[in-house]
Amino acid sequence: MRALIIDDSKSIRTILTEILAGIGFAVEEAANGLEAMALIKKEKVDLALVDWNMPDMNGCEFIQEVRKDNAYKNMRMMMVTTETAINKVAEALEAGADEYIMKPFTREMIIEKLVLMGISISSAPK
Amino acid sequence: MSKADRTTSVSKQTSCQTLTPGKHYDKIMSVSESDFNYIRELVLERSAIVLEDGKQYLVESRIGQVVETEGFDTIGQLVEALRKNSHNGLQSKVIEALTTNETSFFRDIHPFEILKDPVLPEILKSRENTKKLNIWCAASSSGQEPYSIAMLIRDHFPALLGWKTHFIASDISEKMLERCRSGKFSQLEVNRGLPAAFLVKYFEKNGATWSIKNQLREMIHFQQINLSMELPYLPKMDIIFLRNVLIYFDIETKKRILNQLRSILQPDGYLFLGAAESTINLDSSFERMNYKHSGCYRLKR
Repeated sequence: MRALIIDDSKSIRTILTEILAGIGFAVEEAANGLEAMALIKKEKVDLALVDWNMPDMNGCEFIQEVRKDNAYKNMRMMMVTTETAINKVAEALEAGADEYIMKPFTREMIIEKLVLMGISISSAPK
Repeated sequence: MSKADRTTSVSKQTSCQTLTPGKHYDKIMSVSESDFNYIRELVLERSAIVLEDGKQYLVESRIGQVVETEGFDTIGQLVEALRKNSHNGLQSKVIEALTTNETSFFRDIHPFEILKDPVLPEILKSRENTKKLNIWCAASSSGQEPYSIAMLIRDHFPALLGWKTHFIASDISEKMLERCRSGKFSQLEVNRGLPAAFLVKYFEKNGATWSIKNQLREMIHFQQINLSMELPYLPKMDIIFLRNVLIYFDIETKKRILNQLRSILQPDGYLFLGAAESTINLDSSFERMNYKHSGCYRLKR
């Protein structure tokens, strides 16, 4: 499966890439929503982990754009953000996010959420 | 918010406590062999939980926290106080520190999927006339398991809300039961295994604390029960959750606990153990259901 990490922090992208690569994903990175849009037009992405606050196109706008296009209907998206207000969680779900994680996160939290999203990681290395 | 202002971090450790603000322990704790033996005898006597050789690290990390909060400098000093019985309530704090287990909402997911289908639909059908349902979540720790079941019922089986339901959550630790009753969780805890849609629907946020809404808290009766002792009166149960608990007990205590569960489980009721736990060689009256990784058992007919 191919995953896309969208976050303007290089260090967060590196950490998330390490986690997902460790459980068997091929991982791409983008620093904002616009970069991510360009990338998903070129290659199929199964899972996107999306930061909220980014320049050019924020994570919520990215999710809304993706959900408008039927070509991406199978793409699973999880917001991974410092936004912790309950209305923000509701807003992300309304926009079309499948799941939501508030930073800081652990590897286990990411894996538990992927399981909730129905993504099989049973064969993934620990 | 600028990235520079953010405090985002990630840990490869499994414990939430490693990330909990204000819980930083500077003192390096080590436990001597005689102190370890004293503590494990105490834990065995009070809770029937076995601390095997090699569990020194567990004692050091868990008891190290009690050493800090109770104002000792070393585990040796704490054990000395235990021997002299000079600190009121210290025994209970040590027992609680060693018997409290990490958990998460919808932990291991499979038992909850099985509960959703076929267990609860079957029960809805078979109890249609009496409209009575009894659930016991034993060793409920900080409450994630019973509240997960409560959310599942409320979301998928609203008809059950009109039934006469006894939903009991128990733990050996009164401190944990207080936490359960309060229904308060940290951000790190609600990040673990809880569907975001349930977070929005069933929680309220006050400052850094996430509180379960009253409609869920009121579904559950919290009660202190020591599984290694004779059980108090409980109604016949349709569903019992006792997951990842038996592993801590010696064989005789496991047999005794299963024997007690057998006597209060309805003949067509369901028992959920941890996926890696089994009744084999302990109690031949249970049979494992062929539900993937769910640890679901029924009484043989």
